[in-house]
Parts: sequence; C-alpha cells; structure tokens
Amino acid sequence: MPATVADWLGAACLVSGALLALAAAIGVLRFPDVLDRMHAATKPQTLGVLLLLAGVALRLRTPADLGMVALVAVFQLATAPVAAQMIARSAYRAGRVDPTLLDVDELADR
Amino acid sequence: MTGGSGRTSGRPAGRLRGRAATWRDQGVAFGWLVLIWNLLWGQFTWGNLLGGVLVGAVVLVFFPLPPVTFGGRLRPRALLVLVARFVVELVVASVRVARIAVQPGFQPRSAIIAVPLRVRTDLNLALTAELVSLVPGTLILEVDREAGVLYLHVLDVRRPQDLADNRARVLEIERRIVRAVGSAAEVRRLDSEPDEREKKP
Repeated sequence: MPATVADWLGAACLVSGALLALAAAIGVLRFPDVLDRMHAATKPQTLGVLLLLAGVALRLRTPADLGMVALVAVFQLATAPVAAQMIARSAYRAGRVDPTLLDVDELADR
Repeated sequence: MTGGSGRTSGRPAGRLRGRAATWRDQGVAFGWLVLIWNLLWGQFTWGNLLGGVLVGAVVLVFFPLPPVTFGGRLRPRALLVLVARFVVELVVASVRVARIAVQPGFQPRSAIIAVPLRVRTDLNLALTAELVSLVPGTLILEVDREAGVLYLHVLDVRRPQDLADNRARVLEIERRIVRAVGSAAEVRRLDSEPDEREKKP
C-alpha cells in the first residue's frame, strides 16, 4: 500500500515537473529579449527539476539513487543562479537589452 | 560604520580565534567533500571513504577557497522559517511565471532595480543573491560587492507599487537569512534599522 501511494505521488511530481519544463520552453520561444528569456529558461526550471527529482526519488526508493538525486538537486540549486547571472550580466554589458521593454533601469545611471 | 567595537580587546586572542575559525571552515569543507565523493559513488565503503579523504585533501590544497568565514550562529527555528517561506515563494512564483509564459499575446514589461542590502558581508550577499535568484520573476544582473547592492531584473511590472513590493521582498529574504545564520550583532543591526535605506532608492 505505501508503495502504491509513493508511486502515484511520484507520478504526480513527474507530470507537474514536466509541465513546468514545457511552460519554460514556451516562454523561451515567446519572450522578446534575452533577460525575459532567462527568466523562462532558469526559473520554472528550478521547481520543475526539483519536482522531477522528487518524482524519480519516489519511484526508485533505493538509498544509492536517493543520494545521487539529492546531489543533483543541491548542485542544480547552487549553480543555476550563477549561470543565469553570468548570462544576464554579459547580455546587459554587451547592450543586448532592449530599453523599450524596461519601465525603470537603475543600473543605467551607475 | 561596521564598528568592531566588541572585539578590540586582546588582539592575539582575536587572531587565534581567526586561525581556529579558518581551520574549522577548512574542516567543514573537507567533510562536505568526503560526503559528496561517497554520494557520487553511490555507497559508503572504506575504499570510498579513503578516496574521498584523498580527493578532498587534494581539492583543498590545490583549489583553496576564498576565506568566507561564517561568523554567525545557526538558529534551527529561523532556518526552518527561511526554508518554508522559500518553498512557498518558489511554488507561487513558478506558477506565475509559467502562466505569463503560456498566456497568449501577453508581452510582459520589466524593470531593473537596485536594492541596497543592510548587512554587507560576503556570505550574506551571496546567500541573498542565490535565494532571490532562485525565486522566479527576479534575476540578478549585477552585484556591487563594496556597496552591498544587488541589481535585479524584475519580470512583469505593471505599476510602481510592484517595484516597491519587490524591494521589500528582497529585504525580507535578507532579514530571514540573517535571522537564520547571522551573528547577534547583525540581527541587532537589522532590528534597530527600520528599513530606512529602502525609502531612498
């Protein structure tokens, strides 16, 4: 019985994580400039990947795999913001940001 | 302004504590490296433990970490609050950004805002930037380490109030982090300084 519950919970996590990843993909296609796309590419991803990993962990349920899943989650959380910031910063410095899409730009006066 | 008035007495003792803190930080890093090595192999055996010790030592000797000293204290309850609120924000904001992404014909407006933090240690700056960056809707563009200012790109701004809300949210995350891992002096500074810097952006 607990195994069935875990299976179903895992399946729910997998499906919702996949839906978030789909939304992220659509956002990357639709958004107008680099910075908006970075939001779509890195952000629903965070929860999406965590949900997928939770789903995988609930289905596998072996200690060795759980350790690996936990490692993937930790490194994903630690590295995604760094990558996003590097891309966003270089996009801004290279002038690949469309100022007409911005309401306020407090970095411009610095 | 970052007055270290409490530590001026007894400089040798302070240096001794500094060295002890460095050794403690190295020890903590070493422990994590050994644990990660074992997790990567998928099981804890004596061989993996030995390999982890060797690899951890090599990593620490050849790739020394910049000295980010942890000067605070871990407060379990505040840490729990931090994690719980973070998960809630993560879920709410993920759904919001996902909806913006799939809403047909909707082009979001954005803004870049500067948020000066109140506690300017490297650790606080890095942790706040990490957490703010993980929550959807805000993206760190630039970090001014000397002044302790984060520059954020905010997705989907509709009215000026949204900007103030985002500033307040970042400062709230900073407050939760300091409550969870900051030193007593930092907590006091946050409590005694009632958000005066955020009023003059």
